[in-house]
Amino acid sequence: MSEETPVWKALNLAMDAEMSDDDSVFTLGEDVGLYGGSYRVTQDLYARYGEWRVRDTPISEGSFTGLAVGAAMVGMRPVVEIMTVNFALLALDAIINMAAKIPFMSGGQFPMPLVVRMPGGVAKQLAAQHSQRLEHTLMNVPGLRIAVPATPQDAWWQLRQAIRSDEPIVFLEHELLYFSKGTLDTKLPPPPMHRATVRRPGNDLTIISYSHMAKLSLKAAERLSAEGMDIEVIDLRSLRPIDWDSCAASVEKTHHLLVVEEDCGFAGAGAEIVATLTERCFHFLDAPAQRLAGLDMPTPYNGTLETASIPTTASIADAARQMLLPGEIS
Amino acid sequence: MKRDTLLSMLHDMLLARAFEERAAQEYTKGNIAGFLHLYPGEEAVAVGVLHGAEPNDYIVSTYREHVHALVRGVPAEKVMAELFGRRDGCSGGMGGSMHLFDHERRFMGGYGIVGETYPVAIGIGYSIAMQELPEAVICFFGDGAVNQGTFHESLNMAALWKLPVLFVCENNRYQIGTEIHRHSAVTEVYKRACGYRIPSEKVNGMDVLAVHQATLSALQRIREGTGPQFLEVETYRFRGHSMSDPGSYRPNVEVQAFKDEDPVTVVLEESIPNYPTESQLDALGRDNIAHLTGHMRREGYLEMEDVAHMKDEIARLVDSAVNFALNSPEPDMQDAWQALNCNRGQEVVI
Repeated sequence: MSEETPVWKALNLAMDAEMSDDDSVFTLGEDVGLYGGSYRVTQDLYARYGEWRVRDTPISEGSFTGLAVGAAMVGMRPVVEIMTVNFALLALDAIINMAAKIPFMSGGQFPMPLVVRMPGGVAKQLAAQHSQRLEHTLMNVPGLRIAVPATPQDAWWQLRQAIRSDEPIVFLEHELLYFSKGTLDTKLPPPPMHRATVRRPGNDLTIISYSHMAKLSLKAAERLSAEGMDIEVIDLRSLRPIDWDSCAASVEKTHHLLVVEEDCGFAGAGAEIVATLTERCFHFLDAPAQRLAGLDMPTPYNGTLETASIPTTASIADAARQMLLPGEIS
Repeated sequence: MKRDTLLSMLHDMLLARAFEERAAQEYTKGNIAGFLHLYPGEEAVAVGVLHGAEPNDYIVSTYREHVHALVRGVPAEKVMAELFGRRDGCSGGMGGSMHLFDHERRFMGGYGIVGETYPVAIGIGYSIAMQELPEAVICFFGDGAVNQGTFHESLNMAALWKLPVLFVCENNRYQIGTEIHRHSAVTEVYKRACGYRIPSEKVNGMDVLAVHQATLSALQRIREGTGPQFLEVETYRFRGHSMSDPGSYRPNVEVQAFKDEDPVTVVLEESIPNYPTESQLDALGRDNIAHLTGHMRREGYLEMEDVAHMKDEIARLVDSAVNFALNSPEPDMQDAWQALNCNRGQEVVI
């Protein structure tokens, strides 16, 4: 067991392990090779596996993602790195029209063992074109899976599971989590890739979140614990499919649901989660389920405004207090 | 060239024509729905190119791909059943006319979004190059597709890494209703490949032998490891873009000129009892099926009875394909879920 591994290193180790185990695994993207990857995820792999398996590409997101689709059709296991989720908009044809649909349109003749990794989220004043979240778009695509690891442990296993899977998987990494450290125990057996996990058990209110916001939700829950509120925090780990059973079990226990997402609230992941759990658990709820989400605006460059445009530990704690102590908080 | 090869090419061209004309009839009857893009006039391209391919090569095609599939060896009944949306279609009824797939024959799909064939082809090519296999990929696209970004992105990567891909532009001069001079600043498509240092050649797409010869040479160079090759094949579609397109944007004189030269109506249907002389055949000019029959007749490979016999046989084959399609069951929703989750293995996902 190694203590205090950063997420980027866990991903790097996962890549290395899979490339070492299986010759059909290769990775490609901008600066993944000689440079070592923008967030170090492919560090040292170029020297170890050579240029054909760690391929630096031209700036051609649409076609190098499509290239991976073609390679996956003939049995390779490509791992595409799109430098940031924002550039994935140029690759959506390959992801949505091709990767997600070819297995289906071919009547099941062509599996699609493809992973498309992409860092994203609001980081530190990168402005509107470099601070997007794309899960709302990708969640609505049948045929795709979406993994959203938040810890080194999940990053390690979920990436390995994604590479071994025959389904096309979008692997959303959060830029603020790369250097976040945690325990990595490579001997610990993994839960199924899409299984949600209870980060903190509690009885008063369920917070459902994912990625960086799961981390902030956990912090908020710890603060509230000091105030006598017992919050359960669920980290979804997967946005497609969603582990509804785990979510419903928690809501049926706490009778309160708050969904926290960094993405814009309108028609986002939170809308889906609240809608489905309201349908499923309506009679268990003591109060209307709530969403706390990013504002419906492109991310401002200004640091103060940027912070105010997405949930923070403080705003998550406030939202939970509002639900549990209505009227007592202004 | 061997007699068998020529006869086989003629057979495929006649099959292509008969299959597509029958598909049009079945569409009118309501047995085929959706978009239906037909190939009459362009037969020499698919036939000339694909008769040059080896069984272990891969084919990536567009939405006008019935004939590519047929020539590749996908049974006519499986193609027709797919057009009918039936369970025994080559894509299980999930793809339809624009999405024919056949894993066994390395027919890697028809793609409905213009410009998608390039990245799929270079991806397969990348896999071949990485494993140093003696295989190649044939990538079809139309003249309208060369203005997509993926064309430039993919040609660049193919050349950069010397991928074994033969790019074949089926230049039928129209991007649906927009003539090439109105959609491309440079109308000689083959010249565009020069920007990526890819050897390219313009070929007469009405001459199946010319197409075949150019393909063999290009594939030979690919197998020698020189990297991608590019053919611009000049052709013409006798019909509109799809069944919903009357083609009214094309000048009457142009359309009439080609219709007058239709090989099926002129040569094979009307003239079989009195097969035309060589000079009459030559006068047919750009008619691609006539071009081949004329050549074979000059070479002494072909008699009138051969054509009549072949034509009868093809008519029976197409009839039986239609009957097969009509008798094939509709897929049910369980088939659809299975197709979607074909790659999920035993994992139970809630």
